[in-house]
Amino acid sequence: MSSPKTYDASSKKTGNARVTFPFKIMNIMEEDPNVWFVFSDAARPDNSTGMILAKFPDRCIDVGIAEQNMIGTSAGLALAGKKVFCMAFGPFLSLRATDMIHTDLAYNKLPVCVIGTHGGLTSGGGPTHYTLMDSSIMASIPGMTMEVPADANQGLRAIDEFLKMDSPMYIRLARGQEPLVYEDDDYPFEIGKGIVVREGTDVAVVADGIGVYNGLRACELLEAEGISSRLVDMHSVKPFDEELLCETARKCGAIVTVEDHGIHGGLGSVAAEVLMESGIPCRFKRLGAPSDAFASLGYPEDLYRYYGFDAAGIAAAAKALLQK
Amino acid sequence: MDKELLVRTLEEKALEIRKDVITTCYRSAAAHLGGALSLCDVAVALYYHYLRYDPKNYRAEDRDRLILSKGHSGCLLYNIFADLGLYTFEDVYNGYNKVEGAFGQHPNRLYLPMFEASTGSLGHGLSIAFGTAMALRSDGSDSRVFCITGDGELDEGSNWEAMMSAANYELSNLFLIVDRNHLQGCRPTEETVRLESLEEKFRAFNWDVVSFDGNDMSQIVDVLEALPPREPKARRKPLALISNTVKGKGVDFMENNPIYHVAALNEETYTRAMESLNRIEVSR
Repeated sequence: MSSPKTYDASSKKTGNARVTFPFKIMNIMEEDPNVWFVFSDAARPDNSTGMILAKFPDRCIDVGIAEQNMIGTSAGLALAGKKVFCMAFGPFLSLRATDMIHTDLAYNKLPVCVIGTHGGLTSGGGPTHYTLMDSSIMASIPGMTMEVPADANQGLRAIDEFLKMDSPMYIRLARGQEPLVYEDDDYPFEIGKGIVVREGTDVAVVADGIGVYNGLRACELLEAEGISSRLVDMHSVKPFDEELLCETARKCGAIVTVEDHGIHGGLGSVAAEVLMESGIPCRFKRLGAPSDAFASLGYPEDLYRYYGFDAAGIAAAAKALLQK
Repeated sequence: MDKELLVRTLEEKALEIRKDVITTCYRSAAAHLGGALSLCDVAVALYYHYLRYDPKNYRAEDRDRLILSKGHSGCLLYNIFADLGLYTFEDVYNGYNKVEGAFGQHPNRLYLPMFEASTGSLGHGLSIAFGTAMALRSDGSDSRVFCITGDGELDEGSNWEAMMSAANYELSNLFLIVDRNHLQGCRPTEETVRLESLEEKFRAFNWDVVSFDGNDMSQIVDVLEALPPREPKARRKPLALISNTVKGKGVDFMENNPIYHVAALNEETYTRAMESLNRIEVSR
């Protein structure tokens, strides 16, 4: 199977999921009168959520700044047979409304798509506004699907998959204007299946979210030094593609995981658990935001460098693994 | 049906269900008795008369919905549904809090589809009821949505988020019943987090409110008879029904006794509880 077409380092192409998602939801609402959109103080007359509210006032609910009520309300709509999208600021959704996501959505098994914005360190707003535990929390909830798209366009494909499901999904978005990884949609995308973005044999980078873009650039740096690296886009933290991870470990024998998430409980942790139980010998390193200290202030690019998961940091970690 | 007959019929049924709840607890495992006994009269009035609800077709589209936010009173509804013939009492005794059983201390709708929602964590039901009421209104349905919370449960802030939204959207099809038994898990509500004046709180949140004695079937009937008419799409203030009750109602040694919030029964306490309930029958 050929690898997906990706943009090179010179590309200035970005995508803003916080804009494209509401448009996508509006299109779905146009086609299906059974779809509702619930949000939390997000509709300004000049933004895309405001546009949906103006177009479908009877199928939108603005609960105000009340994430717990947002999830419960979405559950109530779904119990009455509606398909529901809800969207709010990631940190407050994933932390404050965890009980509602666990109980109202997952335990009740309801088709609600929870969209958390400002994933990871992308908000630049400090620890109250970072979303560094969402993968960890959602992956621990039975019946949840946790999607961390590599770029804005891939996130739209996760929405298409959600529409086929009868259970909840959490989709983690970044802040907006992140670089695009994929040139087009001409690659297989399936919930629970990772994507081999680049083939290589010496070392592998297994990443989600912005980690895929940073990982791609890291693989190019490694290539320039004669190191062959495989890049896996592990957009589903749950269900997790154990098979692809194990195959990658067998093939490369060294894996660096990259996520804009605390290193406890997220992609790297899940990968470590799978590898440990598999018995496959594999050198292993997790990269991401700290879990033992609240992350520093700053803008994401600065913080990725600071915490060593920008392209140079990933490449350095990969080379260090190869020295082991 | 004339009111006197209706009240007497419902009272008799409520007494029967109280005995069923006590028997379930004795036959199986510890149960949340206090809140089940306080809520019993209102729940019986709803399921046996005021809900649009066909036990033979309990998922009918036009049914009224009841979201039991105080999920720990699941045991009460387990027995009502058994009495309505949705399954047998033996099913309840054998499945209550058993490994792979269907009848948990808190209800699960996937095990028991006669429950509208799986609940147990407090402060969730009103948001769910709000969402369902929004969906039904938009569909042009004239079904009513009832949510039953405890009073201690109102400590949870999420209730007040939902109350504000429901008032904001003027949901005339949404009814919140507060089982106001004045006693929460450990202590009286007014000593824990003072709720009074609860009526004024609801009014301040743009709800209409009615208070009544929720263990007096005659008053319950009056209140439920006087619910505003079913008018699909009508916009009004939602209605809160403050049902003033006695925790443990009907079993003398359980009444107002916090240790019976959740309890197991041995042969002696079971016998005493049934004797206490039998005295109600005799006194009529």
